[in-house]
Amino acid sequence: MKTDVLDTAVLRTELRLFRREPGALFWMLAFPTLLLVILGSIPSFREADPSFDGLRPVDAYVPVAVLLGLTVGGLQGMPQVLTGYRERGILRRMSATPVRPAALLTAQMVVCGGAALGSALLAVAVGRLAFDVSLPEQPLGYLLALLLAVLAALSLGAVLSALSRTTKIAGAIGSAALFPAMFCAGVWLPVQAMPDLLARIVGWTPFGAAAQALNEAAAGDWPDWSHLAVLVAWTALLTAAASRWFRWE
Amino acid sequence: MSVIEVTDLRKSYGGRPVVDGVSFTVEEGEIFGVLGPNGAGKTTTVECVGGLRVPDAGRVRVTGLDPVADHRRVAEVLGAQLQRSELQPKLTVREALELYAAFYPRPADWRPLAERLDLAPMLDTRFARLSGGQKQRLFVALALVGAPRVVVLDELTTGLDPRARRETWQLIEDIRAGGVTVLLVTHFMEEAQRLCDRIAVIDRGRVAALDTPAGLIRRSAGATVISFTPSAPLDEADLRALPQLASVDLKDARVTLSGTDETVNAVITLLARTRVTAHQLRVTDTTLDDAFLDLTETTA
Repeated sequence: MKTDVLDTAVLRTELRLFRREPGALFWMLAFPTLLLVILGSIPSFREADPSFDGLRPVDAYVPVAVLLGLTVGGLQGMPQVLTGYRERGILRRMSATPVRPAALLTAQMVVCGGAALGSALLAVAVGRLAFDVSLPEQPLGYLLALLLAVLAALSLGAVLSALSRTTKIAGAIGSAALFPAMFCAGVWLPVQAMPDLLARIVGWTPFGAAAQALNEAAAGDWPDWSHLAVLVAWTALLTAAASRWFRWE
Repeated sequence: MSVIEVTDLRKSYGGRPVVDGVSFTVEEGEIFGVLGPNGAGKTTTVECVGGLRVPDAGRVRVTGLDPVADHRRVAEVLGAQLQRSELQPKLTVREALELYAAFYPRPADWRPLAERLDLAPMLDTRFARLSGGQKQRLFVALALVGAPRVVVLDELTTGLDPRARRETWQLIEDIRAGGVTVLLVTHFMEEAQRLCDRIAVIDRGRVAALDTPAGLIRRSAGATVISFTPSAPLDEADLRALPQLASVDLKDARVTLSGTDETVNAVITLLARTRVTAHQLRVTDTTLDDAFLDLTETTA
């Protein structure tokens, strides 16, 4: 398939190159599930806890692990790769071919988004098999919330790629943004355990809204439209900003 | 038929004109040189030809097509080797060739191309591990893999050692022999003189001269240089009276004059008339270097 923004040869190549990046593979695919396994190995994490609405902490950490891969991918993986491609003139070289360099951006988003989904699937599967965490009771709502979260993470990554002139800057901004993003996703304290006011504030951030939507779907409810709307709004805003500021060289 | 037509091309960056009214045409099967000092606007000019930049004013046509409006169709017939561009560091030579071949509707077979460019032994080497010369050869291969009608080679031999440079020249001649028109950007005189059918000398965003290498040399005031050691001193006034003389240099009993063929004839007549013998007589053409310096002389 060949259009200005999607080219299967470019996609295949980017997928192949992604497999050659052990760092990216580890942090995006393995690390979130590894964290879940480590936390789940602590006996007290496998006992019901009133501050988690009667859930076990390990139950609450599955959605966190699901969001962690896409947080790392969106904030650190993709911006590093894309600013590197711009810095090295790879986008420039591609603009001299019949395929537009936009095809590289799309391929990166597909690879990164695919890896985030794979990472999420792995976390859910390991949670179910190793720690007996129930599968989401509202799977469609869960999937929808997850897809919207992936889109928000990718658009955030695109904005970082647009604003960072060099890979060094992209690395610095990415790391600086990673910690608040991980906090909102609930890495240190799952949103269920956050004080009400904090949870409400975090609910306005893309990863906080995603965490709450995933929790609701996991419990069997359709995710609150307000959380989904927050995700859609962020994605629209960030995408507009990225396309406004992105430079090919 | 003209493969490339550039008419009154203008492009400014931040209010500073970089290309300021450049015009030239490149005919099918030519090796056309764009020569000029650093910062003269050569790269910007060819970037407009390749559709990488949008001109502020003027007209650019590649096989009759507008490189901006018809980007895809122009990119299909124009292969480019660019400055300041790389590939993904972990992409192998084979993967790069396969990927770029997939971009074109009727690509060349990349295997013989890799063979001809001595890339065959390193097909599984990653881009980051290639030497400078190997990277250049790969970029030439990528410029040719779409079976283009015209290739743009921008400072192809910069940074290559003399042997690799000479091999690259042979390669450029081979490309043309294969029926591909070549637009060659360079700042090496020797390269331009040896390879190009015609040269546009660009200086400060304008075409300072456009001619064959021999024509450019002829334009230069002191195109022919004659030097000898006279057996007896010559009258300096006689020398200065020679027709079409550009310069006189008398040093260590050696006379060096520059001018035209007519100057040379007059010197020989003068020597015969005064019965002076010219020892170690040498008559040489000036190089394109001198002509180039003449043409791009700064008025500062």
